[in-house]
Amino acid sequence: MGITMEKNFRFKLNGKTINVISSPDRMLLWVLRSDLELTGTKYSCGEGFCGACTVLVDNEPVLSCQFPLKEVEGKEVMTIEGLGKNGKLHPLQDAFMQHNALQCGYCTPGMLLGAYAMLLKNPEPSTKDIVETMEGNLCRCGSYTRIIQAIQTAARMMRGERP
Amino acid sequence: MNEDEYRFTLDRREFLKLVGSGIVVFFTTGDPFALPQRRGRGYPEDFNAYLRIGEDGRVTCFTGKIEMGQGIHTSLAQMLAEELDVPLDSVDMVMGDTDLCMYDSGTFGSRSTKYFGPPLRQAAAEARAILIQLASEQLRVDQRNLVAKEGVIFHQQNPQKKISYAQLAQGQKIERHLEEKPLIKPYQKHTISGRPTDRMDARQKVTGEAKFAGDIRLPGMLHAKILRPPAHGATIKGVDVSAAKEIEGVKIIQDEDLIAVLHKHPDMAEKALELIKAQFEPSGSKLDNQNIFRHLKDSAPEGDVVTEKGNLEDGKRLSAKTFEKTYYNHYVAHAPSEPHTALANIEENKATVWASTQSPFRAQAEVAQVLGFPQEKVRVITLFVGCGFGGKNQGYQIVEAARLAKLTGKPVQVAWSRKEEFFYDSFRPAAVIDIKSGLDGSNKIVFWEYHNYFAGDRSSQPFYDIPHLKVLSMGGWGGRSGGRSVHPFGTGAWRGPGSNTNVFAMESQVDVMAEAAAMDPLEFRLHNLKDERMKRVLIAAAKKFGKSFSRTPSGKGYGLTCTDYLGTYLATIAEVDVNKNNGKVQVKRVVCAQDTGEVINPEGVRMQIEGCITMGLGYSFTEEIRFSNGRILDENFDTYEIPRFSWTPQIETVLVDNPEMPPQGCGEPAITSMGAVIANAVYDAVGKRMFTLPITPDQILKALS
Repeated sequence: MGITMEKNFRFKLNGKTINVISSPDRMLLWVLRSDLELTGTKYSCGEGFCGACTVLVDNEPVLSCQFPLKEVEGKEVMTIEGLGKNGKLHPLQDAFMQHNALQCGYCTPGMLLGAYAMLLKNPEPSTKDIVETMEGNLCRCGSYTRIIQAIQTAARMMRGERP
Repeated sequence: MNEDEYRFTLDRREFLKLVGSGIVVFFTTGDPFALPQRRGRGYPEDFNAYLRIGEDGRVTCFTGKIEMGQGIHTSLAQMLAEELDVPLDSVDMVMGDTDLCMYDSGTFGSRSTKYFGPPLRQAAAEARAILIQLASEQLRVDQRNLVAKEGVIFHQQNPQKKISYAQLAQGQKIERHLEEKPLIKPYQKHTISGRPTDRMDARQKVTGEAKFAGDIRLPGMLHAKILRPPAHGATIKGVDVSAAKEIEGVKIIQDEDLIAVLHKHPDMAEKALELIKAQFEPSGSKLDNQNIFRHLKDSAPEGDVVTEKGNLEDGKRLSAKTFEKTYYNHYVAHAPSEPHTALANIEENKATVWASTQSPFRAQAEVAQVLGFPQEKVRVITLFVGCGFGGKNQGYQIVEAARLAKLTGKPVQVAWSRKEEFFYDSFRPAAVIDIKSGLDGSNKIVFWEYHNYFAGDRSSQPFYDIPHLKVLSMGGWGGRSGGRSVHPFGTGAWRGPGSNTNVFAMESQVDVMAEAAAMDPLEFRLHNLKDERMKRVLIAAAKKFGKSFSRTPSGKGYGLTCTDYLGTYLATIAEVDVNKNNGKVQVKRVVCAQDTGEVINPEGVRMQIEGCITMGLGYSFTEEIRFSNGRILDENFDTYEIPRFSWTPQIETVLVDNPEMPPQGCGEPAITSMGAVIANAVYDAVGKRMFTLPITPDQILKALS
């Protein structure tokens, strides 16, 4: 009844290869949050309008509420749980803390992954670049100015400059 | 059933056992709203919060307040650490857990720091006095020679002679009730409170470790999706669940009005829900965005006098010029980042509910009632809440989760979809304000007649020096004030309830009069104010803005407002560009000066002001719930536009120094000026006044044509 047969999908999640047996058309968001119990990735609009569920697939930002499981086969997925390495925060996480670039914190994982993907491609983004790239990520608490500053600080840290 | 049947007497000794060992001080919040409204609700009434110094030296504050982004998790900890002389990082906040914390009516109205902060300080001072006394006994040193610093008490002359709070708390079971009000430190001696402090919850929130209600996973839990009517007022005629049943692992519950599908994965439950075929009798509502204002005026109850002074006839007689305008605003959604969510689990006749709520104790009472449990058999745990803004004062999802947990015998999560969130929101009410006002020959406001339909009366009392005035309020934002039966769907408190509409109307009208007086907006306000505190914030904002105002419309696009929000004073200035071809407005810069009394966390206050300004752009420009015949036509962020990165102006905040005044609220004040300051700036830019919020490009183009 509208649900296709379950299959085995193999992909890398935060550096580790995993197998998930499920229906190919299920959205990655729910596989992460429900099957794999990685709840850092958030549901907010469910239709790809807000960016809260942003994760990385092969270093490209995707809206996991719109991204079917079958598309991750053989790829690398990164979620907020994989942003810091070995207990050490990523410079973006440090910078978000330093600038208090969050309030309720619900949109924060999506913001961080969106920003991370941008910095991979553009290590020296202008304010305009940040605004254009992050435009699809919504923050109801209104932390946008601080998020822009935090991304710029993180970019400097990642380039080895003084923050 | 009679509510009496749900009463119980919480055994105080039982409760104290839960608290554990160490040094405990009980105290009562200063907020009359926070206490149980009736006696016999089953909560101890002689205290409603407490702090504990544990045997490990850690200090824990237990409060029924919750953290939804506003930052009290940090500012309350600062107040406690300051008064107790402990490092800030040794403080833990336990918030919104009905088993561990005492009754609190909820977190709203910018009231936490203002009313909870001062008694918390006193409790900390009391705890410190107990510790000094214990140290005096153990060190055999006169109390007067002892000094406390960073959780250690030492001899002033001989610092080697010392003992830590942890050592002092060892093996103790001391309970004190705050009866007298101990002296607290003067603000000049503060080293933790009053200093810009980073959010203490930030690390959890940047790592994804911060838990919200929807992040709890229990063995065997099910996710429920509930059949909803297509419109408010629509009733179900028939339902066929047979296709949904075909999905493997799905469970269907039909219990009176509640038709739900449950599955171990939420998306599968959603798929099953889509397979349910249901027929509904359409809603009888004939209301929509066009006819709502007429409807509101026609349905308004008799007015309550909010304030009255002099006599309106004298005011009219004294007026050389009179002004009569009507202002409108549409319904606005809270649109929290985290939709309403709850997980309920019932084990051995005790229900535990994890809920995204601003009112955990209200939720506890509602769950107890629907399950037929005594209140002590319901525990509501509030984790981090992803925005509230008043929208999470209520939440039917909590009761739904509890009912379904009882019916299925499994832990059940109900997490509203964005569409459900837009449907069941308690919207900020649409409202109409009629103002008649008058200026005398010296350009003083001498007459002010204000008729408020459904906005709510907050911030409707003029703070200008007006000899003849009357403010009437016809219907408010919530149930008690008569709005419920009139609106086509639920309405309620929305960040700065009432005030957003009232400040928009009042401060627009003031600008209308300033122009007629041939004065610039700043000059005119100062001319009509006696309140020195308000003048001070106006001047502080103008100084920061650094550019001079002219009589409107100057073409420069500068707008100015000031307001008093429950004791917090603020002045806001905006600079805008209006594109006359497409009606779009870009806000270039916003300056806000705020006097919020003693500031606990300057960084936190700035964050709240910035957030208010940014969020306030939404109701100023785009946010309007469109509806027709009971249907909510905006169901997601594609058509209901909220502020984005590209909207963000340069924001500058000025904290006007006023440490002698007790701390006031800061979570809401700055949003209440946004509609007015934008309307005034748009007028200054294009010479056309916008009388309706939101100020859409269509409204601007229509006014310009």
